[in-house]
Formats: sequence, C-alpha cells, structure tokens
Amino acid sequence: MSNAATFDTRTDTAIPVESPLAYSYRRSGAPQAGGPSRLQLRERAMLGHLILRGGAIVLDEAVRDVLGISLPGQPQALVQDASGERSIQWLSPDEWLVIVPGGEEFPLETKLREQLGSAHFAISDVSGGQTLLELSGEAARELLMKTVIYDVHPSNFPVGKGVTTVFAKATTILRRPSDERWELVVRRSFADYCYRWLLDAGAEFGINVQQ
Amino acid sequence: MFYIYCPYCGEHREEEEFHPKGQAHIERPKEPEACSDEEWGDYLFFRDNPRGVHHEMWVHAVGCRKFFNVTRHTVSYEILETYKMGEQPSITADSQSQAREGAAVSQQEGVRA
Ligand SMILES: [Zn+2]
Repeated sequence: MSNAATFDTRTDTAIPVESPLAYSYRRSGAPQAGGPSRLQLRERAMLGHLILRGGAIVLDEAVRDVLGISLPGQPQALVQDASGERSIQWLSPDEWLVIVPGGEEFPLETKLREQLGSAHFAISDVSGGQTLLELSGEAARELLMKTVIYDVHPSNFPVGKGVTTVFAKATTILRRPSDERWELVVRRSFADYCYRWLLDAGAEFGINVQQ
Repeated sequence: MFYIYCPYCGEHREEEEFHPKGQAHIERPKEPEACSDEEWGDYLFFRDNPRGVHHEMWVHAVGCRKFFNVTRHTVSYEILETYKMGEQPSITADSQSQAREGAAVSQQEGVRA
C-alpha cells in the first residue's frame, strides 16, 4: 500500500452539490423540442472520474483484478464493461481516464492503490473537475462536424474510439461508446461555454435537452 | 490547415492540436560546473537556423500531450518525418544532399545514354 494521502470527496455532510451546468440551466434554460427531435443532449452529472498514470502492464493487471476490464493498450481506444456504466479510455501512452458511476470512484481508487502497492503510478480523482455530456439522435454527427476539428466520419471514428481534441475552441474529450451515442467530457470551467455552444449549434436540429 | 503525424497517437491530426517547441536533440551538459562560459552559453542561448532540413521538437498539446521530434524543411515547410523522443532521425541534411547527388549523377548518365 502506498503512503499517499487520500480522502473521499463525497461526504455524509449535507452540502448542496450542483453539477457544472446548474448555472447554465438557470441562465440558458433547457430547450425542449416541440415534436420529434433529431438531437438529444443529456448531462450525466456526478460520475466518478479517475486519471490513471503509470506503465500499461502494471495498470492493466490491477484494473483487470479490481474492475474486470482490461486496460486499452491501443491509442484512442475506449473499452466498457458489459453494462456500459464503467469505462476506461486511452489518453496518452501512460495515461488513462476511468469513468464509473458516482460514488464508486473512492472505493475503486482505494482498491487500485492496494493492488498496485509500491509500483510506480499515480491516481487522481478528477470527478469535480469535469462533466460528461451525452449526444444522441440522427443529427448528432452533423452537429459534431461543424464543431470539432477531428474527422467524425464512421470510417475514421468507429464505435470504441475516443480522442482528445478541439471542440469549439475548448479542449474536450470526444468518445463514441455506441452507434447512436457520442460523449463529450468537458472541463467544469468550460461547461457553460460548451453547453451554450451546443444549444446554439443544435437549434437547427431542434435540440432536446433532457434533465 | 494541414495534418501532422503524432508518433504516440499513431495517426495524423490537425495542426491546431500541436505547438512547436524549438530545436531538437539539445543535450544539457552532464557537468555544468566543468563547462566554459562559451559552452554553457551555446547550450542555453544559441540555436541552429538552417536553410533546409531542420530537426525540431513539437508537442501534441491538445491530444496526448507528449513531446516528439519533427524533421522539417525550413524553405518548403514540408514535414519529412516525425519520430518519438529518444529516437534518431532517419532523414538528415546529409542524407538529403546524398540523395540529391545520386539523383544528379543518374540524370547525367541518362543524358549520356
Ligand atoms: Zn499525440
């Protein structure tokens, strides 16, 4: 067990907790499509986000034991468990993003630290620093085509891929967990900007925000 | 708008995701105390400014955030190759001029024939 000081960021104390978009919902609202919509936007707030850094072989062994998913070794790869609730994404040759249901991140971090022992690694809980936005509907790719500089054509962006790229001048992680869904991981400080961009860019498709 | 191949991401990415970081393969003197002022000054401040093939360090700032090396032609801006940190270039000014000489020789022979 390493001697790193850790703490659970979710306490039992009754502190009001708000998603990074709480202010945006109040200020910009959450547009509802009148009829059938070609584009849905949903925030998956308060998930657990962990950044793993270290050697791929050591980390792979640990996450397979603890999480039951193998670490994606290929660049731009995204893997999920059978439920789709837990995922690991390659960010860099020595860096991965793990997303789990909210509340699971601290027990996961603790177990990984136990498993990894004195290996050379780092785990950072970044749950409070970013949020996940989910785009679905037939117009999702059209919206991305005018927003990101990365080629989102299915031949270049198959299911199971994820990249860090530029989204409307902000740095964003873009990933495709399934055929009809796209996910954006945005920084808390950029969440309002990205949200308002999505509302504006999605207006022509009749964007429907689900809360 | 052009694409640069990131050797860590293993694919071509938009130039907007990258930043140039100056000359590559600069090694910090192992014993700075043993350096003359001139050697230390060269290491700190003096950089090559060639007309032709140049080796530079770039960073994939918005992608994997890794530094890597780029061999670039400073006249045509053509990127000849990219390679990981710690590796050596396969294309250099010498290898380019040798290739050119070889081409010139075969052209002359072509004329004679
Ligand atoms: Zn890269």
